[in-house]
Amino acid sequence: MRPDSRLLLFLSLAGVLLVSACATPRGTGDLGIVIERAAGSVQVVETTTRTRLARVSGLGDLSHASVVYSRDARYAYVFGRDGGLTKVDMLRRRIEKRIVQAGNAVGGAISQDGRLIAVSNYDPGGVKIFTADTLELVADIPAGSGDSARRSKIVGLVDAPDRRFVFSLFDAGEIWVADMRTPRQPRLQKFSNIGKLPYDGTVTPDGRYYIAGLFGEDGLALLDLWQPDKGVRRVLDGYGRGQEPLPVFKMPHMDYWAQSGGLAYVPAVGRHEVLMIDQKNWTETARIAVAGQPVFVIARPDGRQVWVNFAPPDNDTVQVIDTLTLKVIRTLKPGKAVLHMEFTPRGENVWLSVRDENRVDVYDTETLERVTSLLADKPSGIFFTARAQRIGQ
Amino acid sequence: MRTLTPMTGIMLAALMSLGPGMAHAEVPETRQAELMHLLTQDCGSCHGLKRRGGLGPALTPEALTGKPAVMLREVILHGLPGTAMPPWKNFMSTQEADWMVQMLLEGRTDAP
Repeated sequence: MRPDSRLLLFLSLAGVLLVSACATPRGTGDLGIVIERAAGSVQVVETTTRTRLARVSGLGDLSHASVVYSRDARYAYVFGRDGGLTKVDMLRRRIEKRIVQAGNAVGGAISQDGRLIAVSNYDPGGVKIFTADTLELVADIPAGSGDSARRSKIVGLVDAPDRRFVFSLFDAGEIWVADMRTPRQPRLQKFSNIGKLPYDGTVTPDGRYYIAGLFGEDGLALLDLWQPDKGVRRVLDGYGRGQEPLPVFKMPHMDYWAQSGGLAYVPAVGRHEVLMIDQKNWTETARIAVAGQPVFVIARPDGRQVWVNFAPPDNDTVQVIDTLTLKVIRTLKPGKAVLHMEFTPRGENVWLSVRDENRVDVYDTETLERVTSLLADKPSGIFFTARAQRIGQ
Repeated sequence: MRTLTPMTGIMLAALMSLGPGMAHAEVPETRQAELMHLLTQDCGSCHGLKRRGGLGPALTPEALTGKPAVMLREVILHGLPGTAMPPWKNFMSTQEADWMVQMLLEGRTDAP
C-alpha cells in the first residue's frame, strides 16, 4: 500500500466515524418548523427542550408560507409565496429538493397515502400535483370558472379521505373535489355558486366536512364529503345580521378546525367576534365578543381552551377562551404582530410567533404564563410534526 | 379602471406639477420607517413581501404602470368596496399615503 492510499484509507475511515457520531438516531415527533418570512429561511425547532436545532436558508419568498409533513414526519414540504415548493429534511436539517412550480402560490396539502403533494396557486390559478418523493409533476388542474377561461386563485386546499383533495376558487366562488385515485388523471367534481369570495377552507378532523369561509358575504359553505352529491349548503347565513362589517386589515385563516364538545369555533369576518357552531345541525349557538377581528381561532388539542389572535391594529393581543364557561379568561399582550400560534402535540404549551419583536414565545397553557422565548427573524407560521398524522393538515 | 378618465387625468397633471421628492420632506424620517414597515409587512400580507402579489394584485412599478398616483392614494385611504382591499385612512394621513404611493411607483423598499 502506497503512503498516499494509506492516507486516503485513514481519511475515509475517519469520515465514516465522524458521520456515524453525528447520526445518533432520533425521532422527529417533537420537531417543528418556524418560518422566517423576510429572510426566506426556516428554523428546525424541538418542543421537548424548546430549542432551535438549526436554520435552513434559501427557501425564497416566504411572505405567506405553510408546511405539511411526510407521514413519517421526516420531511417538511414548505410552500412559499413565489411558487417555491421546498422539501426539507428535518433530521439532516437541509434542503432535500426545491422547485419553483408557479409564479405565486399560497399553500398545499399531502395526500392520504403520503405519495402526492398538491400546491394551490394564485398565479396561474390552479392546483399542481407532485410526487412526494421526487417533486415531479403528476397533474395540473387549471382553475377556470365555468365556461370562462379566466383563472381563479385557489385557497383552502386540503386532503380528504378516499384519496381526494378539496379546494376553493376565490374569484369564482366554487369548491372543487379532485379524486386522485388515478394520479395522472384527476377526476373533478365542481360545485358552483357556493358564495362570494371564499377566503380559506378546512376539513373537520374526521375528514367528513369541508368548510369554506366567505369574505364577500356573511356565512360559510359546507360540503359533506361522505355525500358530496347532496351539494354545498350555506351555514350561518347572515351572521352579520345586516350590519356593515368593519374593514378587514388581515384575512382570517381556517388553519385547522377548532372544536370542543361538539361545538366549532370560527372567526367572524369583519367583526370582533368568534362564532360558535353546533356541529350536529350546523347552526350558530353563541358568539363570543373578543378584542379585535380574529385571524386564527385554534383549539387546544383537548378542546379545553380556544386561543385567538387578531388583525391589525389589535395584532399585539392574544385571547384565551375557556370552552366550559365561554368566557375570555385571559388577554395576553405578547408584543407587536402576533402572527401564528401552534400547540404542542398534547397541548401543554403553545408557541406564538411575535413578528415585530423577532421572537417566538412559548406559553404554558395551564398557568397562561410565558415559559421561554426563542429568537427568530420576523417569524410567521409555526408547524409541528404532529400535523403529519392529521387529516387536512 | 385602466382607462384614464378626464378627472384622473386632471389629478395626475396636478400631482405631476408638484414634482418628485415633495412628499419626502413632509413625512418625518421616523414616520417613514414606520410606514415602510407597514407597507412591507401589513400590505405584504395580501400583496406579498416583495409586492409581487398574493390575494391582492402585484404592486411593483411595472404592475402599477399607467395607474395615476392620486387614484392609488385614494384606494389606499378608502379601500375598494366589493374587494378585500380595506381603507387605511385611520392608519395614515393623506400626505403619508402619497409618500407610500411614491415608494411603490419607485419600487423603493428602503427607508431611513
